[in-house]
Amino acid sequence: MPRSAGSRRRSRGPAVVVWVVAGLALALLVLPLLAILLSAPWVQLPGLLLAPETLQALGLSVLTGAISTALCLLLGIPLAVVLARSVAWPVVPRRLLRAAVTIPLVLPPVVGGLALLLLLGRTGVLGRYLAVIGITIPFTTGAVVIAQTFVAMPFLVFAVEGALRATDRRVELAAASLGASPLQVFRTVTVPLVAPGIAAGAVLCFARALGEFGATITFAGSYPGVTRTLPIASYLASQNDLNQSIALALVLLVVSVAVLLGLRDRWLPGVRG
Amino acid sequence: MSGSALVVDIAVRRGSFEVAAAFHLVGGRPLALVGPNGAGKTTVLTALAGNLPIERGSILLDGRQLVGVTPEARRVGVVFQDFLLFPHLTVADNVAYGIRMRGHRRSAARAAARPWLERFDLAGLADRYPHELSGGQAQRVALARALAAEPEALLLDEPMAALDVEVRDEVRAQLAVHLRAFTGPTIVVTHSAADVAALAADVVVLERGAVTQRGTWAQLQTAPATPYVTRLVGRHEE
Repeated sequence: MPRSAGSRRRSRGPAVVVWVVAGLALALLVLPLLAILLSAPWVQLPGLLLAPETLQALGLSVLTGAISTALCLLLGIPLAVVLARSVAWPVVPRRLLRAAVTIPLVLPPVVGGLALLLLLGRTGVLGRYLAVIGITIPFTTGAVVIAQTFVAMPFLVFAVEGALRATDRRVELAAASLGASPLQVFRTVTVPLVAPGIAAGAVLCFARALGEFGATITFAGSYPGVTRTLPIASYLASQNDLNQSIALALVLLVVSVAVLLGLRDRWLPGVRG
Repeated sequence: MSGSALVVDIAVRRGSFEVAAAFHLVGGRPLALVGPNGAGKTTVLTALAGNLPIERGSILLDGRQLVGVTPEARRVGVVFQDFLLFPHLTVADNVAYGIRMRGHRRSAARAAARPWLERFDLAGLADRYPHELSGGQAQRVALARALAAEPEALLLDEPMAALDVEVRDEVRAQLAVHLRAFTGPTIVVTHSAADVAALAADVVVLERGAVTQRGTWAQLQTAPATPYVTRLVGRHEE
């Protein structure tokens, strides 16, 4: 970037065209949310929110979201450690590992759900063996959790990996010189040092799990009380009772805004400092 | 009290750079490992701490072979150049860390660390976090933390380098007093003549990966073996 030209332009501010286009972009991001608020059936809202099917979907969403987040923490923190250490690996395995972790971010969730079905379905690659011992996963609450864990995992892994890379590894050497075993170092030094990253990753993970739709409906279906989570209930309601749909959407919107406020700038993707 | 002995004869490779060093020392006579930047001093120290595999050789601490032993099992304390205190732990918990790792509960470890805090004049700082400490205080915490883990040998990597020049003389004098109280073999890596004179009894000079001279500070002054040693002994305070 030519430094002198850039700084001269910056001192006068961006051109008008840039402001206009940026304004359009912002409108695209914000106006739809405003539309929800404007169309919300505020008077009937308490009744809609307290309807049994709403509470059922909300309860299922919170339960599966919490379990998925716990699973992401359990599986994702060690994966983040490996990913952070992989900088010392040869190029090919390093890139393959990173690509594998990134897959759920770029893959359409429906494809992810289909892939899970082909792996764990009754006649799937692994599923046929599970069926033999009496385990069927698809279209159960367990399937919801697996689908959510699949799509949410990268959020946790990348948040923790970023925190790991920002910490001074030599502090771990100091801990070892004081007699700490590798597991003790991990527990008493590594994890506490990346705790803010873990917390941020868990919140992002929960938000993503809560909003999961495509992989869930493909792999788990839409059985009330079993697999019909908030986003699915909201989508189904939009087909015949728009007010009900908006009420459910509002719940999801409130959770998203709470996540946004909870994380502040520091831990959002792409923001640093 | 006759101190224990550390007998070092190792070769360490870092990329294409090989460091070979042979020397021995006993507790009560701290050894200064000196040399210009890039001579391999820190490499030797890192190998002694167990954080760098050695190419060949042996490290005997009181007759116990350290080669092949994990860092946490060596009982070799390290004071790092920038101290590397645990930023998420208080001064008290930093000092108690080694005790806690031996299986004591947090409260028991804190109690056991208490005398160390007092000895190092840290009792008033017990609840502070590392980022709230001055350089001299951080150095005392680092030393207390290393010694509270009851190491059999102690390594200090450029212990004065992270400190402001104005406080170095005073902190160095305190460090000398504390080091005299430790009976195990002690190695101080430095490139400062003032550190050598104040902290060490014997000197090993490392240049470009090889030992070029061994002796007491007086012997080095009388007969410097290389131009580097001549410059080192001719220079007084920094």
